Amino acid sequence: MRAIISVVGKDTFGILAKVSSVCFENRANVVDVNQSILQDMFVMVMMLDISDADCDFLRLKGDLEALGTQLGMQINIMHEDIFNSMHRI
Amino acid sequence: MLNLGDIMETINMIQNENLDIRTITMGISLLDCCDSDIDVSCKKVYDKILRKAGNLVRTGEDISKLYGIPIINKRVSVTPIAMLLAASGGDPVKYAKTLDRAGKEIGVNFIGGYSALVHKGFSAGDLELIRSIPQALSETDQVCSSVNVGTTKAGINMDAVALMGKVIVDAAKCTADRNCIGPAKLVVFCNAPEDNPFMAGAFHGIGEPDCVINVGVSGPGVVRAALSKYPDADLNRIADIIKKTAFKITRMGQLVGTEASKRLDVPFGIVDLSLAPTPAVGDSVAHILEEMGLEMCGTHGTTAALALLNDAVKKGGVMASSNVGGLSGAFIPVSEDAGMIAAAEAGVLSIEKLEAMTSVCSVGLDMIVVPGDTKPEAISAIIADEAAIGMVNTKTTAVRIIPAIGKDIGDSLEFGGLLGSGPVMRLNKNESPAKFIERGGRIPAPLQSLKN
Repeated sequence: MRAIISVVGKDTFGILAKVSSVCFENRANVVDVNQSILQDMFVMVMMLDISDADCDFLRLKGDLEALGTQLGMQINIMHEDIFNSMHRI
Repeated sequence: MLNLGDIMETINMIQNENLDIRTITMGISLLDCCDSDIDVSCKKVYDKILRKAGNLVRTGEDISKLYGIPIINKRVSVTPIAMLLAASGGDPVKYAKTLDRAGKEIGVNFIGGYSALVHKGFSAGDLELIRSIPQALSETDQVCSSVNVGTTKAGINMDAVALMGKVIVDAAKCTADRNCIGPAKLVVFCNAPEDNPFMAGAFHGIGEPDCVINVGVSGPGVVRAALSKYPDADLNRIADIIKKTAFKITRMGQLVGTEASKRLDVPFGIVDLSLAPTPAVGDSVAHILEEMGLEMCGTHGTTAALALLNDAVKKGGVMASSNVGGLSGAFIPVSEDAGMIAAAEAGVLSIEKLEAMTSVCSVGLDMIVVPGDTKPEAISAIIADEAAIGMVNTKTTAVRIIPAIGKDIGDSLEFGGLLGSGPVMRLNKNESPAKFIERGGRIPAPLQSLKN
């Protein structure tokens, strides 16, 4: 089972580190990262493997949203199925 | 890995363009709850709804969190109550109160099925139920009612049409102190679908399984945003863009429906491919039509633009779902659509234009506020016109019209929430259709052969 995190907001120090550590604490394995900075805006998309038995998706989602509020950034996590069903036939 | 552009497109649709699952509706058959004692029957109804739909709201919320998609409404539709009333007799409002209590207990926001199917005539229970509708809607909060007065195969029951005009006016009077909310929960159908997940017209048809999950999607904002990127495209291209967008929206509905069906262990029925507007900014069907190039919804060309939109939504959606049903198409409820409200207030959108639009869109005259002194026979005549369009064109049509008691042209009714607010619209007041409506009887079914 995989999930996708998107992070959008003003670039500051350590965003990648902070998001990754929330993933680590929740036993989610980062399998791919794509990040870019467009005119001071930080845009990152991260793919996670969340099939570990100790990984609780809803807790991870809550932690990421809390981090988003703390950093003043928009952080979302969504199940991979939604993207696959929308964009793949 | 997925394409970055695709990922951002999905996130943008949900966060900025109001993409959502409008409703997960569980259809529950109550045929096994019939009893000759109405109190026993009500108890069985209550118990069955709690047994089947007890986890519906929590499951909907869990799925919403898992996929990150808002699921706005969780609802229940049941077997037309007139059928239970036929067996039990007694005061039909008892059923309405039972449904209301069950709906509140499980946490849904509407429960539909206080209904009767009388397209060919009244059987036991039908008349009693229809006459009780104003009281039932006034004394409950969540119960929605519908009456099917015509079909393509049976014709139109004009006795029922005449009665419904009075019922609608009475329902408005009974709830005059609450913005006439009664008739906003009452739909009069021709060719009513048995698997419609949308309120107020949802009921669980008799051909349906014991319990089923139906899903209604939405997303007018997404379609409008997609069209806005192509200001100079020709109409072939516009139809294509709508199809592609509808496909994506519907796939989401299919995913959510499949997951809900699995978690609740209930068969998955259909996805209703609908563009259902809300009064929120950026969630309007009228604005899609305006994006196509009409200065304001309701002007000449609106019917053609709506026909294109409605057809493209179906074409895109059909391929995205295993089973499609319900009302499927673009909804045009006036009070629930910011663009329609503006057009009606400006006097550009008239009831006559809306009637023409209903011949090419998915439902009918929906959430239209009319002057409080409108005569019952005028409302019956509006229902007859609309039912005739549905009957002849083999499509579903409906009327949900609200007489604003004590108000006239220039006033408006505020319902709040998803029901929005509606300006009072002008009707033809001077020339009465009373004699035509009083005749009663049936309008015979139209000829459906000799088409060559």
